Amino acid sequence: MSYVAHDASAFAPPAEVREVELYHPKTWLGKYVFSQDAKVIAIQYAITAISIGVVALVFSWLIRLQLGFPNTFSFIDPSNYLQFVTQHGMIMVIYLLTALFLGAFGNYLIPLMIGARDMVFPYVNMLSYWVYLVAVLLLVASFFVPGGATGAGWTLYPPQAILQGTPGESWGIILMLVSLAVFIIGFTMGGLNYVVTVLQARTRGMTLMRLPLTVWGIFMATILALLAFPALFVSAIMMILDRTLGTSFFMPAIVSMGQKLEYAGGSPVLFQHLFWFFGHPEVYIVALPAFGIVSDLLSVHARKNIFGYRMMVWAIVAIGGLSFIVWAHHMYVSGMNPYFGFFFATTTLIIAVPTAIKVYNWVLTLWRGNIHLNVPMLFAIGFIFTFINGGLTGLFLGNVTVDVPLSDTMFVVAHFHMVMAIAPVLAVFGAIYHWYPKITGRMLDDTLGKVHFWFTFVGSYAIYYPMHYLGFLGVPRRYYAIGGTDFIPESVQSMNAGITIAALIVGAAQMVFFYNLVRSYFKGKPSGGNPWEATTLEWQTPHTPPTHGNFGRELPVVYRWAYDFSVPGAPQDFIPQNVPPPEAATGARDRA
Amino acid sequence: MTQPVRTGTGEALPLPEGLPGIVADWSSDQRAFKNVSWGKAMMWIFLLSDTFIFGSFLISYMTVRASTTVPWPNVSEVFALTFFGESIPLILIAIMTFILISSSGTMAMAVKYGYERNKKMSAILLLVTAFFGATFVGMQAFEWSKLIADGVRPWGNPMGAAQFGSSFFMITGFHGFHVSVGVVFLIIVAIKVLRGDLDREAPGFLTGRKGNYEMVEVMGLYWHFVDLVWVFIFAFFYLW
Repeated sequence: MSYVAHDASAFAPPAEVREVELYHPKTWLGKYVFSQDAKVIAIQYAITAISIGVVALVFSWLIRLQLGFPNTFSFIDPSNYLQFVTQHGMIMVIYLLTALFLGAFGNYLIPLMIGARDMVFPYVNMLSYWVYLVAVLLLVASFFVPGGATGAGWTLYPPQAILQGTPGESWGIILMLVSLAVFIIGFTMGGLNYVVTVLQARTRGMTLMRLPLTVWGIFMATILALLAFPALFVSAIMMILDRTLGTSFFMPAIVSMGQKLEYAGGSPVLFQHLFWFFGHPEVYIVALPAFGIVSDLLSVHARKNIFGYRMMVWAIVAIGGLSFIVWAHHMYVSGMNPYFGFFFATTTLIIAVPTAIKVYNWVLTLWRGNIHLNVPMLFAIGFIFTFINGGLTGLFLGNVTVDVPLSDTMFVVAHFHMVMAIAPVLAVFGAIYHWYPKITGRMLDDTLGKVHFWFTFVGSYAIYYPMHYLGFLGVPRRYYAIGGTDFIPESVQSMNAGITIAALIVGAAQMVFFYNLVRSYFKGKPSGGNPWEATTLEWQTPHTPPTHGNFGRELPVVYRWAYDFSVPGAPQDFIPQNVPPPEAATGARDRA
Repeated sequence: MTQPVRTGTGEALPLPEGLPGIVADWSSDQRAFKNVSWGKAMMWIFLLSDTFIFGSFLISYMTVRASTTVPWPNVSEVFALTFFGESIPLILIAIMTFILISSSGTMAMAVKYGYERNKKMSAILLLVTAFFGATFVGMQAFEWSKLIADGVRPWGNPMGAAQFGSSFFMITGFHGFHVSVGVVFLIIVAIKVLRGDLDREAPGFLTGRKGNYEMVEVMGLYWHFVDLVWVFIFAFFYLW
């Protein structure tokens, strides 16, 4: 029997490195709490991130309640409202999505997918989680200090972030900045691990161009994070100094509450540059892992190889590189030389090219595929729709002349929620439905999953489609109440109420998901080792869930890329990466 | 039961020369950088990230120096010491820079003797490097106290723009912190060398990883980086 398969070769080079011993914990505490096993660390990251994410979800309800039904809820005053907005954004972007994609999925999937026993420095990896936990606790502590958490907006722009009149200017802002600095220290520990593991600890036969795209996405996102977070770290330190020691890095001469303050000569725009030098790559830190995960979900559940694998990889690399030279498109209204506006608008629109390559390739992967419309696939397709929607409105906002009137309106809110909130979260859900059987050995319930998907997907559009229209009408973002404004019609209020109801329903639908997670852990159908008939190495482990050391006695050897689905002539419609080509198998039999 | 895993160190492989070599490495399996251990790769990537931190600090310093409306203090007067009635500009900082650069030399020699398994020389040179580093931090403390005595504070100073003191204390403080951390680790590595931990491949106290002489070189990478950063801080703060 013979058949043609892409990229398969019978030759696997000899192992380049000696073998050493894994750390084996002897106590319960060492195994499940202070564990150095990347899989346990991943679960710890996931649980912490999702828990704090639920807090942020509740904040979003409170924001929407105020906007939909103003003057109804006495416990939401303007200060609280600003605090909800700020903390919702900050938690969702950094403490949920970044930690979940890199800390949780990165830790779980990288060693398993590249055929390693663990991360290269398990001890540092463990520290990474505990430092992250400290950062989360500092953030939570800021809710309870005098004055409450900061309400400066998730961008924390000075001067207002540290001036009287902004909620949380006494303690909240200091704890927020310290928490960010601690988060970055913790992330760096983990991030170094992810990068070195992908570069230096792959198994025999696993070349970079045979990596599953999930690993490519997480790998590139980690590099972005390692180079972008320093700017946030530096700006956090400088703002702490401005707030506590009275330096004037970001503070110009300023009159506040009728009094001239001691500050003079600083540059608020400097903060904006530093913040967005971090902030724009941050968008891709949460988008690239989602790109990678969605590519793998589409390929597995359409039983078809990913279209244009090499271009998908280079698109990830190109997007990562370009993301460092577009940051000032967040600052068109801060005032800048028109030539800079032209430069940043051009680079921004250039990013659309590799992104469009990815979208076309996803669609072409689906084309004439054997599409299984199961829950992970639904979420992956939902991601494509949502990402295209958010990406198209990004073209509006990337152009200076169109951005200026739309700046700081609900249109911007709708745009970035589509592109970097709903889309990545759909990818997260798809990924959880996809890998949950590997993590627990049980399938998630299909019906509950479909209920969850349809409520989340349709509900998100009910929230954000009308919001674009609100933005065109000029409804500003971050306002506690619109008040009597001539250019905003009365009907805006009914639309806001409708959006709020949709948001509450979508939020409640997430409870179905959590119920499913818990119920299936105890009562789910046993999944077996490879329920989706996928090719990548994590599905080929001898045990499910994988045990300490991942692969039993022998590390797998890789003979082919990750996308050998429906190969003509092959006995099954998938060929795992560690299956040698038939001629090699025959050869081995001859020798035996 | 112990399960085998792959370690960072391995035997040397034959490499193609030049650009084809790079392409061959990156398109190969297992490792993109052949014969580079995990620890060394990790240190290089960390230093790249740290470069962005110091880069952000220095760019911020340049920005506030441009944005402030008050004239910048004359650095050759601020950083002058008076010896025998003679005011010598930048004398302290010249000595500090000389010491720190010299410590890079002793560090490099410590790495060489480490690979030659010359425990005594390696440990002595590590301790000399640590001593130079500690001297640097000590002189920096002296410089700080002199500036503070002259009335320089993070929030203002009598000589000119407030941002001078702010960025000076912040950036030299951050660099001094790096040097201090380096001194602590130099002493730890020196003790490991002296005790023979690296010859015996004794597992680390916290990480449980086997020791080897490459640890000295990885320590050296960090130390040279800290010196290199100082060259930039020196140029931007004292010569501009």
